[in-house]
Amino acid sequence: MTWEPRPSPVVTPENEPYWTGGLDGELRIQRCRDCDLVYVYPRAHCPDCLGDGVEWFVASGRGTVYSYTVAHQVAGWPEAELPLVNAYVELDEGPRLMTNLVDCDPADVAVGVSVEVRFEPSEDGAFAVPVFTPV
Amino acid sequence: MDTAEPVYIAGAYEHPTRNAPDKSTEQLHAEVARGALQDAGLSKADVDGYLTAGVPEHEDGLPSLTPLIMADYLGLDVAFADSTDFGGSAYMSHVGHAVSAIRDGKCDVALVTLAGRPRSAQQATGTGVRALTAVQDTYERLYGATTLAHYAMAARRHMAEFGTTSEQLAEVRVAAAHHAQYNEHARFRDPVSIEDVVGSRMVADPLHLMDCCVITDGGGALVVVSDAVRDELDRECVEVLGHGEAIAHHDAGRIDLTRTGAVDSGRRAFAEAGLGPDDVDYASIYDSFTITVVETLEDLGFCEKGEGGTFVEGGTLQAPDGDLPFNTDGGGLCSNHPNRGGMTKIIECVRQLRGEANPEVQVDADVGVAHGTGGSIATRHGSVTLVLGGEDR
Repeated sequence: MTWEPRPSPVVTPENEPYWTGGLDGELRIQRCRDCDLVYVYPRAHCPDCLGDGVEWFVASGRGTVYSYTVAHQVAGWPEAELPLVNAYVELDEGPRLMTNLVDCDPADVAVGVSVEVRFEPSEDGAFAVPVFTPV
Repeated sequence: MDTAEPVYIAGAYEHPTRNAPDKSTEQLHAEVARGALQDAGLSKADVDGYLTAGVPEHEDGLPSLTPLIMADYLGLDVAFADSTDFGGSAYMSHVGHAVSAIRDGKCDVALVTLAGRPRSAQQATGTGVRALTAVQDTYERLYGATTLAHYAMAARRHMAEFGTTSEQLAEVRVAAAHHAQYNEHARFRDPVSIEDVVGSRMVADPLHLMDCCVITDGGGALVVVSDAVRDELDRECVEVLGHGEAIAHHDAGRIDLTRTGAVDSGRRAFAEAGLGPDDVDYASIYDSFTITVVETLEDLGFCEKGEGGTFVEGGTLQAPDGDLPFNTDGGGLCSNHPNRGGMTKIIECVRQLRGEANPEVQVDADVGVAHGTGGSIATRHGSVTLVLGGEDR
């Protein structure tokens, strides 16, 4: 249930800290200083107030499973690494993030299960992809 | 909207093919355009508006060029064009935009076309990881998240929150298959049971193979006309009573997998029509997956949020006797889904309101709803709702 190394993400000046954070073991997300919104995915402007007073911070890396699926057929995904668990994790800081659940028996996954972040390197080694595992 | 000029769908045509290995996508566009114009009793020279989206085999990040490419191919001379692209629901949007353009005097005869060849192109529709068309896609693609996985996550959340069961989702496929047996063009025509659906291969838990729509080649077209043009036609027409659209998305990480844009598009369309869900006799509901239908029925107001599973139990959706007959051509689940299923939803609604549905599933319908969900309800999607009325309403 892993795909290591991961394909490299599309990196822009807006999201670069997000994709490099994992190299330091940090899940970096953003907060708007003006309206206090904590949000994903990264943007240079707050998606609520459109202000540019946004800042990066290191999230706890903890959350719960908001929803998930155990995918048995994924074109292009290595056959040996199926099934694949796709999930939305609700971070303790609030936002819901699409990800994979790894290093777990799919039968043990359920909505509401507590999870913790870990990182898998991109194929070029320059970035890291946040995934989660049940704790 | 009582004072607004009435606008009508005068022509509708669905391509009979479900497999077109020897035709180009553009050729299918032309064949459905010809079919819809013949159905309306109009000629190509009458067309002064053109709306289309996506030439799926050739999508390369330039969807806005589609009307140029296709107007060139079809040899159209138009005063109004639109390429709004919501994925599968785009064509419902086009009908709404054609209505506005006609009321504004920009055109009188608007042609809407769809064609796709995912089956011949052997596209891994549903189980393929979507091509990257925007930076945002990277947050999903890296996780091997397929369209199917997106909808499966919605289904899982709906089940966790409301107790919806696989057997309830299966009711949707059972109804579609019941209808498809009477459609000689349907991709799959065999009736199925709830046991067949829940016993079919699990592709993305909790969705089984039979919870998923078919992959076909095909297409369809519509002709939308002004009141003045309609008066000159010897053709039963369907009035566009209401149109509403909405875009729903991640919402900065507050995404609700149990709520679709139909909440907003439906409310807007019903308000424009001056009608409500209780007035609807027939519903064409985008059925990419069974869960899409259950959530949409709730969001359009046919039942309370969370009660969609209970609502569809016991044959509610089955024509001709169910309380809310739906997708009487077999829908995307059984009949036709050429990448994008919105067009066929409109066409079958028109057939019902004109009394031209397959006789075994024809219902006594004065008001119909056609609803589309394009994109993915687990990331970003465009919802469009049309409320249509028959001539004898």
